[in-house]
Amino acid sequence: MSQEHNPSNLRAEADRLIAEGSADAASRRLAELWRREPGSATASFINSRIDKVRDEISLAKFKLAILRSFTVEPIVPLLRAEAFAYGIDLEVHIGDFNTYVQEIVDAGSSLYRFAPNAVILAARTEDVAPDLTREFADLSPDTARQAADRVAHGYEQWMNSFRQHSQAALIVHSLEHPVHPSFGVLDSQSESGQSGLLRQINREMRSVAKNHRGIYILDYDALVARYGSKHWHDERKWLTARLPIAADHLLHMAREWMRFLVPLTGRTAKCLVVDLDNTLWGGIIGEDGMSGIKIGAEYPGAAFQALQRALLDLSRRGILLAVCSKNNLDDAMEAIEKHPGMILRAKNFAAVRINWTDKSQNLREIAAELNIGIDSLAFLDDNPFEREQVRAALPEVTVIDLPQNPLEYASVVRDCPVFERLRLSAEDQQRTAMYAEQRQRADAEQTFQSKEDFFRFLEQEVELDPVSDLNLARVAQLTQKTNQFNLTTRRYSEAQIAEMAKQPAWNIFSIRVRDRFGDHGIVGVAIVHDVDGQCEVDTFLLSCRVIGRTIETALLAHIAKSAADRGCKRLTGWFLPTKKNAPARDFYSQHGFQIAERNGEGSLWSLDLTQQETPFPEWVKLITTQGAHH
Amino acid sequence: MTAALFEQIRAMASDLFGVPVEQITAASSPQTLENWDSIQHLNLVLAVEEKFGVQLSPEEIEEMKSVGETAKLVESKLQATPR
Repeated sequence: MSQEHNPSNLRAEADRLIAEGSADAASRRLAELWRREPGSATASFINSRIDKVRDEISLAKFKLAILRSFTVEPIVPLLRAEAFAYGIDLEVHIGDFNTYVQEIVDAGSSLYRFAPNAVILAARTEDVAPDLTREFADLSPDTARQAADRVAHGYEQWMNSFRQHSQAALIVHSLEHPVHPSFGVLDSQSESGQSGLLRQINREMRSVAKNHRGIYILDYDALVARYGSKHWHDERKWLTARLPIAADHLLHMAREWMRFLVPLTGRTAKCLVVDLDNTLWGGIIGEDGMSGIKIGAEYPGAAFQALQRALLDLSRRGILLAVCSKNNLDDAMEAIEKHPGMILRAKNFAAVRINWTDKSQNLREIAAELNIGIDSLAFLDDNPFEREQVRAALPEVTVIDLPQNPLEYASVVRDCPVFERLRLSAEDQQRTAMYAEQRQRADAEQTFQSKEDFFRFLEQEVELDPVSDLNLARVAQLTQKTNQFNLTTRRYSEAQIAEMAKQPAWNIFSIRVRDRFGDHGIVGVAIVHDVDGQCEVDTFLLSCRVIGRTIETALLAHIAKSAADRGCKRLTGWFLPTKKNAPARDFYSQHGFQIAERNGEGSLWSLDLTQQETPFPEWVKLITTQGAHH
Repeated sequence: MTAALFEQIRAMASDLFGVPVEQITAASSPQTLENWDSIQHLNLVLAVEEKFGVQLSPEEIEEMKSVGETAKLVESKLQATPR
């Protein structure tokens, strides 16, 4: 370990930088300290420094409430430090011991007064279902079944009640199977044994959660199993401090919560850029050749196949894969396309940079090619030098530290919270194919003399639909993820969108685009509401894949016409500038809007609907499914 | 008690109680450090267990009345369970 990476030096450096007022640099040192030495003491140090830098740097603010039946206090500093490393400033409210039922059902409780963005319900199985745990051997089969129904019904009521009072996300710990069932091996012989009934409660909990938006189950049993139940539990701490989890695993509990909090705050990665030599396969293709590199079903090649399978799983989840490697292009492509042990092939990669340029430059190009922000990239490379170079040049990239042993590569990638998704849309699952179509479009565009000719050639069709159960998830996802062509950058959860859709003065539209190369899926959202004969645009956004093809004009024409049809005289809308939405800056002025007001946050634009019409672009075909209003 | 071990406990105490490491001595205790309350005491126990891979009994946790005594306890635990 070099001197400057020594944890005590990092502490001193961070404090020096804070004193100097260099909050950005200080927070990078703190993040590095956390990577090198995560634990309770370091967490305490970092927590006390977060307060000193939080106002100077750009962090996603997030309010989390934890309802619990056990001591979570020592987990909270670990969670806040972990969140800070992902750019999240977490404010945590902890409920009293075992008061979660009152907190949830009482609309005026301290839980709802805290106005959380998310709530974790962490109740121990023994506290929620004492009769099914400690007293199980005493129950008749009938009373045991009734007890299970009662517990499952309790969870159902809590979830329903929570949704009535709050639109926050809710993360519910599922119940744990007994380590030692009361009836020993006999318990496993029936579904109505102790484990069977607890499994049944978990199943019912899942099906209730599925019927609500934004309620998620944390599989506590699977979490404990991953680290080993014998090691996870600490009976002594439970009896003395009501802390059931051993010291070594408190961090794992915090990290499991992060797998939900990272997607909830939108701090996810959209693309994972991978190195080749000693990352995707063992050995160096330029030196060892096709027959020398290690990739296949046997050890050591199997470790690299396991990593490739993990990457393939990510791409099925909608995360793009890209290659960035220092190699001769032909050598590397031959291995990717022809090596029999490879699981990933060229078609699995949305962008490829195989050259001798430095990696941060390649990463910038990949982000530009894929039309995503640099902060949406994650980077996987076995070489610590390359990782440090990328961290220094592009601090916004999520750089994943690979351990020495390739057998651990796959689980490091699978554990990384930036790849978690809480919902998958059809668009997510086809994303890699969409990028291939995008490359064909870009090639086609080159061959046309004028933009108009290209637009006609594209044969674009749009479907404009009011929000419904069919597109709600995607609409909310687009408000959360779209940064560039987004006029107001207002983020909404599914529950909030659903609530808005119920209001008669609000209209929410999604736009779906197809062209001769393929289906883009739902790529845009407009949210408008009518006040006093004016229609105000609350949200207007488009995925960057379709910007510049007049789809934005089509969407605007649609909302202008529908506002005029409802009798509105004006269409107004704010442009609220952010670091990223420059592509949308001139949108209103280019479409004939006049500036009406300007303040510190942005500018208000206005269009007189009685004087001006916004024509639908002639080369875009409108297909209305004529879904009923709301 | 080895100097290296004492330094490790000292650094931990500095992190947990929010006091510069130079100001922490073997005699530092809940009486002398404002932030050494019951929650931070639990955090100290957890930090020791996590860092040194030992398990402390309720009686041992009671013994951790100062930074020096904590270091002594950890040393005896490490000798009892060679790792």
